Amino acid sequence: MNTDFAGNQQIIEIVYLIASILFILSLKWLSAPKTARHGVLAGEIGMVLAIAGTLLHHGLVDYKWIAIALVIGSGIGVPLGLVQMTAVPQRTALSHAFGAFCVTLVGSAEFYLRTPDVPPFMMAVLSMEVILASLTFTGSLMAAGKLQEVLPQRPITYKGQNFVNLSVLAIAIVVAIYLVMHPGAKQLFPVMIVVPMIFGVLMIVPIGGADMPTVISLLNSYAGLSAAAMGFVLNSKLLIIAGALDGSSGFILSVIMSKAMNRSFSNVLFGAFGQVQTSAAKGQEEKTVRSATAEEAAGILAAANRVVVVPGYGMAVAQAQHKVRELFDALTKRGVDVRFAIHPVAGRMPGHMNVLLAEADIPYDRLIEMDEINGDFPQTDVALVIGANDVTNPAARTDTGSPIFGMPILDVDKARTVMVIKRSMSPGFAGIDNPLYYIDKTLMLFGDAKSFVNGIVHELAGNAH
Amino acid sequence: MGSSLIDGLFVFMLAGFIGFEVIRRVSPLLHTPLMSLTNALDAIAVVGAIVLVGEHKSQLSFILGVLAVIAATSNVVGGFLITDRMLRMFKTSRPTKP
Repeated sequence: MNTDFAGNQQIIEIVYLIASILFILSLKWLSAPKTARHGVLAGEIGMVLAIAGTLLHHGLVDYKWIAIALVIGSGIGVPLGLVQMTAVPQRTALSHAFGAFCVTLVGSAEFYLRTPDVPPFMMAVLSMEVILASLTFTGSLMAAGKLQEVLPQRPITYKGQNFVNLSVLAIAIVVAIYLVMHPGAKQLFPVMIVVPMIFGVLMIVPIGGADMPTVISLLNSYAGLSAAAMGFVLNSKLLIIAGALDGSSGFILSVIMSKAMNRSFSNVLFGAFGQVQTSAAKGQEEKTVRSATAEEAAGILAAANRVVVVPGYGMAVAQAQHKVRELFDALTKRGVDVRFAIHPVAGRMPGHMNVLLAEADIPYDRLIEMDEINGDFPQTDVALVIGANDVTNPAARTDTGSPIFGMPILDVDKARTVMVIKRSMSPGFAGIDNPLYYIDKTLMLFGDAKSFVNGIVHELAGNAH
Repeated sequence: MGSSLIDGLFVFMLAGFIGFEVIRRVSPLLHTPLMSLTNALDAIAVVGAIVLVGEHKSQLSFILGVLAVIAATSNVVGGFLITDRMLRMFKTSRPTKP
């Protein structure tokens, strides 16, 4: 009996080791589109092995409820795996919330099973686990709500906000320290869950839509770190590894995103964008813009050799990506070289634009990163901006007074002609005026992105006859 | 107890470095699938929850465990599913030069 138990434990450990290897390979294969799908398969096999191995765990008595919970979870997971590509940012935020929810629950259960006999270091790790997980839970729910637009997307700020937020977090940390010293103080444990949950909500309140890519990445990192902490509590190396991988992935993405906005983490978290712009938008005079019709735009595009399309969140909102593909096809057929310039923070999460354009069947070798394509703008005949604003704003290069000064941008103003599809002249989400619209070579194409692109496609088809 | 924590820290440190090096190489093209895939892998937390349910040590740990298994499983299934759907969409252009 005893040897049997030890034998099982060893098998489980070996299965977990194999799963860990598969997880690392999974991410390694994701580095290139060609091998990426193998990566998913490796991850899936690793996951199935790990779950199967866990079922061998000595001391499991209730298999029925494990099966029921797995089935219900799968039932919820399938529709979440089948959402529209435009809904991927909110789905991702929601899954961060689910992951953090799971970690919070397991952490709480472990606490109540072990109290009052919890060594200080263990209690410290357990506290970190539940604090991180519960703030990630509500923070991610808030982010998902903002992305789904059930909550207002505008940042909500008030005086002393940072002080309030940090005080709330401090309460949670003080409670955690007390629990490390007195792990028997059961009645205090719920405070350590509820208070970080409040902090999670407060943390996202001042964050606007344009900052979502950074915030989602940061929440991803927190979710990973809390899972790694759970690995310490359960003494599971597999969990520590998976948590460390997820944590470093979220961290790297947050760094890339905040660099792409020329802002620090603390600036994203504590310096809501909405505040600054009210002053920046002031004092603007009547400036003239040139506008054009779909017919004129089609004529210019048809005469061009090189076109670069700059997509932004506005394209996603207008669901224009399939029409953009038609435009891509029409121009490519005429021998025009069409490429897409992707700014790292275009859209609402890292890589958002790539997925939308890939969904519309645009080949991924036509999607070019900012650093790679910026040097090509001077040789570009037409830069067509669809639903992007701040990432094309030349003020980021020249105007030291601009709130986005220093942010790396796509140098569309260096193209020979710039065309911007936009609903109206009202300033964008961040409320910053864009001087690009007033320069001589810029043509404003006023209208809904989808119907305007459709208009251009029609004109191009008409000319072909 | 103490040594297993130290072991854990070693594992965490090494996995962190591997994660850093591997993920740094992921093309920005695939950052969205990267996030949904790591999310699915992170849901390996389900193993901890399964043990809680199976051991049924207390009513509370059992109920929390069931909810945790449901939450994590939905991430496993949904995460892998959507990652694969996204990756299937990435295609290169046919080798026809204009």
